[in-house]
Amino acid sequence: MPLTVDELKVKAVQVRRDSIEMITAAGSGHPGGSLSETDLLVALWFRVMRHDPKNPQWAARDRFILSKGHGCPALYSCMAHAGYFDAAILPTLRKLGSPLQGHPDRRFMPALEASTGSLGNGLSIGIGIAHALKLDKTDARVWVVVGDGECQEGQIWEAAMYAGAHGLDNLTLIVDYNKKQLDDMVKHILPMDPLGGKFSSFGWNVMEIDGHNMQLVVESLEESKKVKGRPTCLVAHTITGKGVSFMENDPKWHGVAPTKEECAKALAEIGA
Amino acid sequence: MVRELPMGPATREAYGAALVELGKSNPNVVVVDADLSKSTYTTKFGKEFPDRFFNVGIAEANMVGIAGGLAHSGKIPFCSSFACFLIDKGYDQLRIAVAYPQENVKVVSSHGGISIGEDGPSQQSIEDVALAVTLPGFVVCVPSDAVQAKELVKRAADHKGPVYIRTGRPKVPVIYTGGEFPFGKSSQLEDGKDLTIVANGLMVAEALKAHDALKDDGITARVIDSYCVKPLDSEAIERAAKETGALVVAEEHSKFGGLGSVVAQCLAATTPAPIEQVAVDDTYAESGTPNQLLEKYGLTWKHIVAAARKVMGRKARPSSPPPSAGTTEENAPHPFEV
Repeated sequence: MPLTVDELKVKAVQVRRDSIEMITAAGSGHPGGSLSETDLLVALWFRVMRHDPKNPQWAARDRFILSKGHGCPALYSCMAHAGYFDAAILPTLRKLGSPLQGHPDRRFMPALEASTGSLGNGLSIGIGIAHALKLDKTDARVWVVVGDGECQEGQIWEAAMYAGAHGLDNLTLIVDYNKKQLDDMVKHILPMDPLGGKFSSFGWNVMEIDGHNMQLVVESLEESKKVKGRPTCLVAHTITGKGVSFMENDPKWHGVAPTKEECAKALAEIGA
Repeated sequence: MVRELPMGPATREAYGAALVELGKSNPNVVVVDADLSKSTYTTKFGKEFPDRFFNVGIAEANMVGIAGGLAHSGKIPFCSSFACFLIDKGYDQLRIAVAYPQENVKVVSSHGGISIGEDGPSQQSIEDVALAVTLPGFVVCVPSDAVQAKELVKRAADHKGPVYIRTGRPKVPVIYTGGEFPFGKSSQLEDGKDLTIVANGLMVAEALKAHDALKDDGITARVIDSYCVKPLDSEAIERAAKETGALVVAEEHSKFGGLGSVVAQCLAATTPAPIEQVAVDDTYAESGTPNQLLEKYGLTWKHIVAAARKVMGRKARPSSPPPSAGTTEENAPHPFEV
């Protein structure tokens, strides 16, 4: 049953709490990008995408690829609460034998559509799936989430050029535009602006929104389903570490786990 | 007298023909290429089945990723370009989108080795087999002629899992009139007791010629076409080491990481025997005709013959009868030394 926008906001709180707790328990991981992408993933998994956790190989399901694989804590939390597996295993993130691998790994969790972690790969895989869905004449869609730093990879632009030229309208790319990468601010490493303009010039339908405005996120993702003849790129402006004041907008939280004290402080800020 | 072998089509031509047959028999077969379809011969499939043919442009990384996505959705994608561009430029994608999730992608390259000739080292591939064999779960094949290439391509379509097949640019001698060529097996073309020549690709024809030349000198060589580098037919290789005691491995590839390395690894573990390699040394080649390059970089039957004589000189001496007084192990003449 698709959630209302208010219910989605509540779900996002849960997912942010899970990400912080999972990464703290693991002692390593990527909190900044997990928090920035959360509202986008929650909207997809609990409202926008067609999927059935009881039938993960359903032929008519929408396909989701987290190309920025380091953001997997938020993905695992969404999938657990959607019913793909027991949320009790969330604290096993990154532990030996856990299906919740450090980056998404299909071998351990077949419900994942792609194994990712080496940046730049997800969009091309999504294009292949989009082609196959069209060959099979199904109306299922492909949803790919990339980071803005990830868009520095050349493969993204090979894929962007291709999807635009081939008018793959069953494909929506969501850029988690949090403006941070591991070493520093994106603008200090390799500026990406105008990011939307780049996709636009490659023939994509581009929408640019506040990626933390749940109402707008849902409306934009739904809107992309109706676009014909072009793939859609949703440039979602987000904040690294969103919801935790001491993590927000600080590149240092790209790939560092909070201490137990920091975790408690973060959870208090995120709320319940 | 070394044999004359009739010339047949290039292995890449056989690939193109096999694809068209597969396209007719299996609607799930799709093809992706990166603007080299006239050279890889996938263009024939593209003309016959335009809906199932995706020419991605000059973008090998994207091509391999797309192939992974197609396979994930139940298609059987054949993915092609020159060996060096396909494997080298698409390697991260071969890891992430194909090998790691074990997607059912068939990677078939053309223009393997240095026999592409005049275009020079930027287009020649001497590293592709080494890179392919290290990808977990990949089957890796190097066919020697068009008959074998066609059969291996069809077998790849039936196999569940990733496969790499390397084809070549030049027309090559006919070795086979037919055959099965299962993965993990090899094909013994000649028997002999003095040494074994293990070869693949266009070095199989050279191995047969070397066999003839050695025979003229009273040396009998077993010749094994090891068309499947991985999984290697270790049973046949170990038996050859036991029964003939020395091996020459010949391939159109760097001497590092290809068939020679795989054979040595196999024998070191179970049946140590002296091995000589006939392969490209630690260098890139240059422009020239295919035959000039194969001659200059040491990939002809004459080079195999020289390696055969060398490796036989390294064979273990018979343990009995014991050396007579005054004759040491070191200075005893070896029956095969020339």
